[in-house]
Order: sequence, then C-alpha cells, then structure tokens
Amino acid sequence: MAISPFLWTLWGSFKVQGDFFSKADWANAVYGIRTLAETGSTFTVNGYSNAWIEHEFWRSAINTSIVVFFVVIISLTIGTLGGYALARSGYRYALWLLMLALVFRAMPHITLVSGYLLPFFQWNIWGHLPTTIIVLVAINQPFTLWMLHSFFLNIPKELDESALVDGCNRFQAFRHIIIPVMWPGVITTGLFSFLLAYNDFAVTAMLLSQENQTMVPKIASFLGSTQQEGEVMSAVAAVVSTTLPLFVLVMFFQRQIVSGLTAGAVKG
Amino acid sequence: MPHRTFIFFILPSLLSMILLIAVPIFSAMTQSLFIAHKQVIRVSETCDPFGCKKETSVDAEATANLREKEPLGIFNGFDTYTNRNHLAAAEIKTSWNVATGWKDLFSRIMNLPFYKALAFTITYTIVVTPFVIVLGFLIALGTNSLASWLKGPTIFFSLLPMIVTPLIGSLILFWMIDADGIIGSTLQRIFKDNDLSLKASPALTWIMLIVYGIWHSTPFAFIVFYAGLQTVPQETLEASMLDGASLWQQKRYVVIPYLMPLIIFVTLIQLMDNFRVFEPIVGFNASANATSLSWIIFNDLRGEDALQLFGSAAATSMLTIIGVGILLIPVLIMIWKEFNSKTV
Repeated sequence: MAISPFLWTLWGSFKVQGDFFSKADWANAVYGIRTLAETGSTFTVNGYSNAWIEHEFWRSAINTSIVVFFVVIISLTIGTLGGYALARSGYRYALWLLMLALVFRAMPHITLVSGYLLPFFQWNIWGHLPTTIIVLVAINQPFTLWMLHSFFLNIPKELDESALVDGCNRFQAFRHIIIPVMWPGVITTGLFSFLLAYNDFAVTAMLLSQENQTMVPKIASFLGSTQQEGEVMSAVAAVVSTTLPLFVLVMFFQRQIVSGLTAGAVKG
Repeated sequence: MPHRTFIFFILPSLLSMILLIAVPIFSAMTQSLFIAHKQVIRVSETCDPFGCKKETSVDAEATANLREKEPLGIFNGFDTYTNRNHLAAAEIKTSWNVATGWKDLFSRIMNLPFYKALAFTITYTIVVTPFVIVLGFLIALGTNSLASWLKGPTIFFSLLPMIVTPLIGSLILFWMIDADGIIGSTLQRIFKDNDLSLKASPALTWIMLIVYGIWHSTPFAFIVFYAGLQTVPQETLEASMLDGASLWQQKRYVVIPYLMPLIIFVTLIQLMDNFRVFEPIVGFNASANATSLSWIIFNDLRGEDALQLFGSAAATSMLTIIGVGILLIPVLIMIWKEFNSKTV
C-alpha cells in the first residue's frame, strides 16, 4: 500500500503521456503500447531528457545540492554546540529554552515567509542562495536542538567532567571528549536536517528566483505548463529523479532514521 | 555549567532562531497593520476645439516612488483583520441578520475565504490525526508479529510515504487519481460514470486530501509505536496470559495503557503538524475546492511585484499563529509536567 504509488510512477516515467494517463486501459502503462507507437520502443527516456535538458532541471539539482550541503553542515555545527550546552546545563532555564524551541518549531513556515518577504526585498537579499540557506538553518534549529540535546543526555556526564577535572575548559572537553563519541546522534540529526532542506517547498518557492530554484519548487513550476502534450511527463520524470536519492537514503540509513524518530519519545 | 560558558555555546543557535523565527513573527504582526498603497491616479485634461475631456490614468512612476518611500504602506489598524478576506465582521453580521436558518448561515459563512480555509484546516486536523494513530498502531502491531526477516523490508516500505517530499508525494497520488490515471479511470469504470472525477466536488476533494494526509503521516506513528512495542514489559503480558486473557484483552488492558504516553505524544505532534497543511493543496491543485490557512497565506504572497498582498498575508499569518498557539498549550503542559518529575 505504501510503496505501490512509487513503483507505479517509476514504471510510468519511462512511458509517454498517452500510456501513463491512458483512459482506455490502465494496463497500457504496464506494457507501453502508445510508447511503442510513438517512440519505437516500450521504454523511453523522453520525459527525463525533457526535464533535465530542456527545462534545465540539472541546474535545480545543483542548487539543491548546494543548499542541502550547507544547511546540514551549518545546522549541525551550531546545533551540536547548543544541544551540548542544553544537555549539560543543569539549570531550569535550559528547560525554558527547549520549550521556546518547541513553540518555534510549531510555527507554519509560510507565516515566517510572510514576515521575511518585505524586509528581504528592502535589503536586497531576496533571491540569493545564502539567504535561503540561513533561513533553513534557523527554521531547522528547534528540531536539531531537541534531537541533539537528547542524544547528548545519553553520553555519560562523567566523561567530560573528568576532562574538566583534568584542567580542560568546556570547549576543549567538548572538542576532545564529546566529538569522537557523538557521531551516531549527529548522523541521525544530520539526516533529518538533510530531509528538511531537501523537501522544503514553502521557503524555497518564495525566497528563490526562477534561476535559483531548488528541485521541489522547480517541479511545482512544471505544473503550470502541464496542459501541453507530454509536458506532464517531464514533471513525472522530475518527480522520480527527485525521489530516487531519498530511496537510497532510507535504504542505507533506515536504522538511524528509526532511532531518530523514537529518540526522546520512548523512555527506557 | 557556568552561565557564561552556556551562553557562548548556545549563542549562534539561539541568535539564528531569534532573528529568523521570532523577529519575522513581529514583522508579520507589523505588516498586518498596514495596507498597500493604492495606485496613484492622475487626472489629465485634454482640450481640443470640440471641448475639454478629462482622462484618468495610472501614474506608474508616482506609484513606484510612493511604494519605495513607504514600503509598508498605509496604516490600517486592525481593519485588515476584520475585512472580508479575514474575520469578515461586517459580512457575518449581515449574514446573521439575513440568514434563513442554521444551514443557510453556515453556507454563507463558508463562502468567506478565511472561514472556508479554517474549516478545511480544522477538519483535516481532526480527521487525519485519529486515523493516523489507529492505523499506525495497527501496522505496528502487525509488523511486530511478522517473521524477523520480513521486518526490515516492511519498515523500509512503510517509512517511504513520510520521507518523500510532501509536494512530490501528493503529485504521485494526484496522477494516479486523475481521470486518466489508473485509479481515476478504474473508479470511472466501477461506477460506470464517465464524468466521475475525484476533483469535481468539494467533498470528494476534501476526502482525497485527507486520504493523502493519512498516507503521509501514518509512518511516523507506526515507527514510534513499533519502537514502543519493543519495550512492553514481558512479565505483565505473560501474567495476563496466565490469567486467561484473550489476545484482544491483552492488547486493551496491558499494551494500550503502557503506550498511552506515546499515543498522547504522537497525537499532540500530529495536531500541530496537520494544522500546517499546505503542500498537498498545491500538489493536488485543489485550491478551487479546498484551501487551508497556510495556503491562503501563500496565495496572497505569490504573484508579481505589486500584486503581493503583504498586509493580508500577514494578518492571516497572525491568526494562524494564534490557532497554533492554542494547539500548543496541551503539549507545553505535558512537557512541563514531565520535566518537573525528573531532574534536568
């Protein structure tokens, strides 16, 4: 039930519109009758070449890679520092900050975009990739802080406290003791940062210009032109191209994703 | 940890959140009190032997200058909140006086854009959430009793609807439901109605969007419950079996009470997340029949230069944030109680 829509779309992306959207017989999409008639073989990469070359989807792929790479790196850097502090604080205000972060996380992204647009236009920073990167880092911080703080809570206090006793300051303790052991938690959190940056639509659609768009808003812009014959297949091909890396991700990182989702939710 | 060290560690993160989450909310609040400048109209008079003629035209240059000098616009107070596109105070008052009954009043209010969006958002939230919980729980129970070698792949496949971009997930389903797509044409054949389209009526569109929402969010509930099921104390379960409890009774009296904190946690998170529903409406192209609060903000903001309605979007944003705040209260109470019962 969960996977059949993906398989169907993947299979159909190699056909022409007449087959994928065949009113006469859905089996046409399976066997590719019209595809055979129109292109000479039952499989065609027309949809893909249309999307990637003519519509320059490769540009969007590069934009997505840049945005995602920087969002994950920056997010994890400041998130580990913050999460560590929250885990080791010992004071009540750490709880207040975490609850504040939760309130921030609940804000619908589009309401924040509503606040951004006018100032960004005024200061001329709209439409640039770095702006979007910083925005996505900030929006992601609450979730990152919560996740990393709960991972750090699981690292025994004794480890860094013994470093403090030995004369390190906090930052040195963090660098030499904590960083080597924090990787499992960091990888999991990094995965979720990746997903947020990769999958985002509200922010990237509104803050990037036509040339700069990442993959998801680019697909949305395909939708405007789907009335022409064959155009919708570019969108289908683009959708499959965008989803494939996610498949690979889940396949290799399934355990981390599961542990991340349950961290903090399940006690003991 | 001394306060100074704490501040150094957390400063970048805190600063980014304050600058880019807290401040924009205030920015939206400010913007909601203003309304865009109207275009500057110039009346020019041309006189020829036949008489003088007045001509009105838009003075584009003056309009652009005005907009640049005062980008926020004209102060409008709370009027944007009460105009027809938002709380529609005047329209509701008229409807109240004119309506012929509850049903009529209801349909009149539904014609107002904000209330239409609010109705869908609330319906979506309170229908999707329980289905997600129940379905996630059932799938978790089912997966738990599968053979070990099947568990891994099942979890893999079940995770996918959640990992995939919401917009893309909704597009994939949309193409299958389209009248020419596999599900759409099959339905037409089953009901022998060539005009049947899931996009036609508001009710069907709402159902479609809700089905998508359930498909997309169930994996989260499933994973959390599945992990929780791994930690159910075996002794209690075995004791109940010895006492002669049937499978169903075991579930009801042992498993569910044990998982209750998790169920509450997932419910509250789902309520918050579902209230923000937005991408499916774009993916399903459903805005004619179903709009959500986030969607009408988006709609106000997109469009070429002068057509963006910042004030209107900001007002809707503030109202949405108030709604989210209301939903947040139980979550915050729950977390407060939990943290109070153990040392941080």
